[in-house]
Amino acid sequence: MTTATTTRSGLAARSGRQRLTPAAVLRDSRVLAARQLRKTLRRPTYIVFSFIQPVIFVLLFRYIFGGAIDTGATSYVNFLMPGIIVQTAVFGALVTGIGLTEDLGSGVVDRLRSLPIARSAVLLGRTAADLIMNVCTLIVMIAVGLLVGFRPTGPAWQLGAAFLLVLTFSFVFSWISAWIGLSVRNPETAQSAGFIWVFPLTFASSAFVPTDTMPGPVRMFSEHNPVTLVVDAVRGLAIGGPPPAGPAAGALLWLAVLLLVFVPLTVRAFRRA
Amino acid sequence: MHTYIDTPPCPVEVEDLAVAYGKVTALAGLSLRIDAGTVMGVLGPNGAGKTTLIRVLSTLLHPSRGTARVMGHDVVQDPLPVRLAIGLAGQYAAVDQELTGRENLEMIGRLYRLPRAEARRRAGEVLERFDLTAAADRRVGTYSGGMRRRLDLAASLTGRPPVLLLDEPTTGLDPRSRQELWAIVDELRAEGTTVLLTTQYLEEADRLAQRIAVVDAGTVIAEGTPAELKAGVGTDVLRIRLHEPATTAAAAPLLADLAATGTTVGADCPAGELTVRVTRPDASAEALRRLDHRGLHVATIQLTQPSLDDVFLTLTGRTTTSPALAEELR
Repeated sequence: MTTATTTRSGLAARSGRQRLTPAAVLRDSRVLAARQLRKTLRRPTYIVFSFIQPVIFVLLFRYIFGGAIDTGATSYVNFLMPGIIVQTAVFGALVTGIGLTEDLGSGVVDRLRSLPIARSAVLLGRTAADLIMNVCTLIVMIAVGLLVGFRPTGPAWQLGAAFLLVLTFSFVFSWISAWIGLSVRNPETAQSAGFIWVFPLTFASSAFVPTDTMPGPVRMFSEHNPVTLVVDAVRGLAIGGPPPAGPAAGALLWLAVLLLVFVPLTVRAFRRA
Repeated sequence: MHTYIDTPPCPVEVEDLAVAYGKVTALAGLSLRIDAGTVMGVLGPNGAGKTTLIRVLSTLLHPSRGTARVMGHDVVQDPLPVRLAIGLAGQYAAVDQELTGRENLEMIGRLYRLPRAEARRRAGEVLERFDLTAAADRRVGTYSGGMRRRLDLAASLTGRPPVLLLDEPTTGLDPRSRQELWAIVDELRAEGTTVLLTTQYLEEADRLAQRIAVVDAGTVIAEGTPAELKAGVGTDVLRIRLHEPATTAAAAPLLADLAATGTTVGADCPAGELTVRVTRPDASAEALRRLDHRGLHVATIQLTQPSLDDVFLTLTGRTTTSPALAEELR
């Protein structure tokens, strides 16, 4: 091995220490994402329920709260759908942390960490698989939304951009959820610890109601809440109204900061778990 | 980057290893060397530090002091080649219940970055070897405990590691599965694999290992071949239960000269039980003959190897139970 330092096993020697090539890390992440998706597909009842929950939310808000909430010129269903899409993306991300604690408990994480793979590949594979599941959930939910009167008016590229923004949001929250899961290390605690912060975050936002009726401090919180920024950006892109550029920029800034904070925290928690 | 060395690296080399979890010291200066192609049995009670040693060697845990090398690679400085060199099978079957046996093994093969076809071929090979071919395409959730453990071991061999780390591989297995697993370990050693196996059973270490290290409170308190160790501990234990408990006192003196030097015949009169540490190979036959000669009827007779407790009692003067520590390490 005098000339080629990269072997088929994806290891490269650098300053006397063996490291993984980025291509190897990506390949391992893909294998682990495939594992996760295959496991999920083997639990059809789980899939059905994870689709049903957001659909029930759509129907509840559309037909029960909808009539009592004043959204001005915009119909409530058009106002609601961007909010509920973002809420679903956040709730869907909670699965990541719960799933990781299950793998910790079964010893699978120890096996994976003892293999010649990057530890980040385990986390990347997991968050990528959860993202793909969330794409499916969102598609089902949007279809139901269209059935009950949701009519996005933005051009296709804007709708695409809105969808991408929601997916990025979901991916970032997967890492936060992963960090919580790896820190509490128990599926039940991960579940309740996850929901505790997600409820105020999604309800104290513009997801379901306009923020201008909220009392001062709550309104302050909700207007800087990343959920509000993403929802407002998606609304602007999908159904018009206030221009989306401002909230979109704010949302992207939030996401970048959250990623920078939580990816290293999660990787560290994973090393120690 | 060839380095020319005359001797191949030592498969496992541990020096003065210490690990502390908060206030609990799990390893306190443990040293160990394993020769290539041999099985080292690490024998100790719960909480002795066996699992911690395995976790350090498999790069899952950083030691607070000391060094550990696998095939010449430092587990902290250079973990990747260590992970390439080891196979790990823990106390739990670390396999995915929702996937089939074959899918589990193919995934591990892929994570060793084998091409898909090669991963598939190797999974088939390992399944065949572990007698799991018939169940290969069933979900692991439907497997018996023994099958799951075999699959777990199969998974640890997918990368053909020169060093195998087995953490209490037979705990919780039925006798038949245990025998099967023992046979596999023998085979692997015969093929040149170096094995570190932790166990709580002297019988298991005796059966599988060329050398045994007895660990207690995070250090090695005795090391040697099984024969050396047992010679140190003494002796087999002969347990006799008499038909008539009332005859116990009369029976005990008859066996006095069978007892190993420095030991006495233990007599439990209410239960009618006699316990003798013996060295003579014909001790049971001789005991039976003498008792029979006096017309004392024997209900049961049993010759057992010293247990881990016996080894411990001899080496440390106390029994293995330290529940507080075991609890903290759970």
